[in-house]
Amino acid sequence: MVEAVNAIELKNITKRFGEKVIANDSVNLTVRKGEILSLLGENGSGKTTLMNMLSGIYFPDEGQIFVNGKEVMISSPKDAFDLGIGMIHQHFKLIEVLTAAENIILGLPGKMTLNMDEVIKDIQALVDKYGFELDCRKKIYEMSVSEKQTVEIVKMLYRGSDILILDEPTAVLTPQETEKLFAVLRNMRADGRSIIIITHKLHEVLALSDRVSVLRKGKYIGTVNTCDATESSLTEMMVGEKVSLNIDRPEPENPREILKVSGLTCLDNEGVKSLDDVSFTAFGGEILGVAGIAGSGQKELLEAITNLCPIAEGTISCVNEHGKEVVISGKSPEHISKESIHIAHISFVPEDRLGMGLVASMDMTDNMMLRSYREGKGIFADRKKPRELAERLIDKLSIVTPGVSTPVGRLSGGNVQKVLVGREIAMHPDILLVAYPVRGLDINSSYQIYNLMNEQKKKGVAVICVIEDLDVLLEISDRILVLCGGRVTGIVDGRTATKDEIGLLMTKGQKEESHV
Amino acid sequence: MFKDSSLHIAARDSIVWWKAWLIRLIAVLLSLIVCAIVIFGLTKMNPVEVYKGIFSGAVGTSRRAWVTIRDTMVLLLIAIGLTPAFKMKFWNIGAEGQILVGGAATAALMIYAGDSLPTPVLMILMFVASMAAGVIWGVIPAIFKAYFNTNETLFTLMLNYVAMQIVTFCIVYWENPAGSNTVGIINSATRAGWLPELGGLTYGWNVVIVLVFTIGMYIYMKYSKQGYEVAVVGESQDTARYARINVKRTIIRTMGISGGICGIAGFLLVSGASHTISTSTAGGRGFTAIIVAWLSKFNAFVMILVSFFLVFMGKGAIQIASQFNLNENASDVITGIILFFILGSEFFIRYRIAFTKAHK
Repeated sequence: MVEAVNAIELKNITKRFGEKVIANDSVNLTVRKGEILSLLGENGSGKTTLMNMLSGIYFPDEGQIFVNGKEVMISSPKDAFDLGIGMIHQHFKLIEVLTAAENIILGLPGKMTLNMDEVIKDIQALVDKYGFELDCRKKIYEMSVSEKQTVEIVKMLYRGSDILILDEPTAVLTPQETEKLFAVLRNMRADGRSIIIITHKLHEVLALSDRVSVLRKGKYIGTVNTCDATESSLTEMMVGEKVSLNIDRPEPENPREILKVSGLTCLDNEGVKSLDDVSFTAFGGEILGVAGIAGSGQKELLEAITNLCPIAEGTISCVNEHGKEVVISGKSPEHISKESIHIAHISFVPEDRLGMGLVASMDMTDNMMLRSYREGKGIFADRKKPRELAERLIDKLSIVTPGVSTPVGRLSGGNVQKVLVGREIAMHPDILLVAYPVRGLDINSSYQIYNLMNEQKKKGVAVICVIEDLDVLLEISDRILVLCGGRVTGIVDGRTATKDEIGLLMTKGQKEESHV
Repeated sequence: MFKDSSLHIAARDSIVWWKAWLIRLIAVLLSLIVCAIVIFGLTKMNPVEVYKGIFSGAVGTSRRAWVTIRDTMVLLLIAIGLTPAFKMKFWNIGAEGQILVGGAATAALMIYAGDSLPTPVLMILMFVASMAAGVIWGVIPAIFKAYFNTNETLFTLMLNYVAMQIVTFCIVYWENPAGSNTVGIINSATRAGWLPELGGLTYGWNVVIVLVFTIGMYIYMKYSKQGYEVAVVGESQDTARYARINVKRTIIRTMGISGGICGIAGFLLVSGASHTISTSTAGGRGFTAIIVAWLSKFNAFVMILVSFFLVFMGKGAIQIASQFNLNENASDVITGIILFFILGSEFFIRYRIAFTKAHK
């Protein structure tokens, strides 16, 4: 019976935050040796909390943890390391100015002298064994997101972790990079290591894992063998009821030109072109999707339109309902916010919700004020209207919060996004810019956001959205603009385009760059 | 026993206000007991007598009480001045210099215009001049921060020394009597430029000016549009840019306010208290006020209590030093112990400690 010992077994784990919030409610979970287990659940269902208890960040209030059949207490990340549990977080914990190898050995005990060549040889052996692609001498700041993730995984392996936990590892990867990651994970499984992967993407669950465990609202729902599961059966387990996976896409009604961008070029801090001669027109009453590998200029495009990013060349202009065209680029922020009321109101949901769109430590009322605090005469800010708006939003978008005076940073990811999108829509925009609207959101919240976007579209708003998930992008957009290296490599019809077609455009022009 | 159970620290969601104050009160009581043990251990004296000495030194006579109040007010004003800068996460440790230039501007007017201007005009002039000097001293590092992203901590600290050198330079001109290397009491005969009494209270004006600023700052930070901008810039500059807040202007404006108020503290010190100027006019208050501001978590009204406590202990120290032939540091030890306990109690307010037993 020695073979049957589970790598990890959680029994009746309960974790509370404060008196009211129960993040995990007697959760049971087993991970076998040499398997890939997917941990699936909506946002706020307690997946990350559960995993944080395995990696020593939180300590369970109740319940038992068994590792390799023995009951253990994990009260610090060091305890977790000693048990061979390694977690790769969504946000990497690497030191930018050090090389990959230096990061990997950082904090490990060693001899008085350090023989870097030997260390690199050891690391290289690991890298080759599992089929990673990694240059040990490369500095972290020179690396792509996928390379950084590789460093994190190798770091855990080098430290002898045989139970790896990955928190949404594919959120930041391109489809090709995801495939590579999966291949490596399969190699590790073949080597007898256990892997837990937290993800939202059902097709990845089905493609990769052996078994799937589902959490819902902090409770353990069940575990199924992946071969017996389908996307709809998993969705049902996650949300408790059958939901249609189809996103609504109404036909655009009387589209009219609202935003014209021509020859737009932006430079980054190093003087490299982050946007290169970008031209397009956005129409009211349609959703224009923006596709591209992370860092292809999506952020700069949205920030240039909202005048947050300086423009090197080109113009951006708005057209009002009477066909009058006004250039908005190159004007001071104050000027725009005064003048744009008469031209076109631009709402913007940025990628970094708590770091740019909202202030995490402020309550909902104060966050509503961000856009409106200047209104009214005198030196005092009006807090009455923002509070009313906050209350309306809680009601309308069913935002889960103890009240308008709770700091928004304490809310779950989906609710934070509802606060942000709700505020931006309440400004009655003519142009709505949305970056990664459903990143990290559960299915229900995602659909609520899609519906809000469609609602705006029907009202005649020009919606421009950057979405990383091509399946979603193809379902919601009327047209799709593809960026690659800051250049527009194509604008395609969202109803007829295929994933392959867009995937090709996303990597077009990147070919000449050396690919190691 | 200890192998089976372990200690866990968990963040509290929230705490009822009276519980928080109860924890603080317990901390103060505990600290007094520890102090008593330390006093007895070191000096073999009755701790109660020493406590009485401190009390009498701080508020034993009406004159002593007023001096304590006067110094409390100055410390409070500086802490109030630091508040907007710290809220903006602009680490202004240059209050010392801002006080000094404010004090120097006041002294200059007392010396050069003291006899020629009527008191109300002179007062207003000194008030404005000290504020202007503080504004300049505060705005210089702010401009460099806003446009070149220089480190404000080092910059404001260095400006303290520049201010000290300016005062040293002025003393050469204002020396009185010649050769003493001090300015002496300015206008000691005519009392020109001395902050007058208010309704028979020697330090009435000091109290009024500081309380007006305290209430004003409370309202400014809590209800004004500019106060809101300061809070947003302090939390996230990206969000501020997103909300179309002019970050550069906010930084410079806020440091102008911060420096200006510290400059006025210099006016109160020179015109309203010492009637002289030296490099030690600020006397470390610019740094002590940082402790006041943080201990009070920038709550203007808690600052009154904290400044009073610190000044109270300082005055008591002088008393026990002479009364019991103790070194003045004895009181620093007591203050240190009490502060240690008060700061430590914040940990218990923010976190809950629980013992967990492992199941076997």
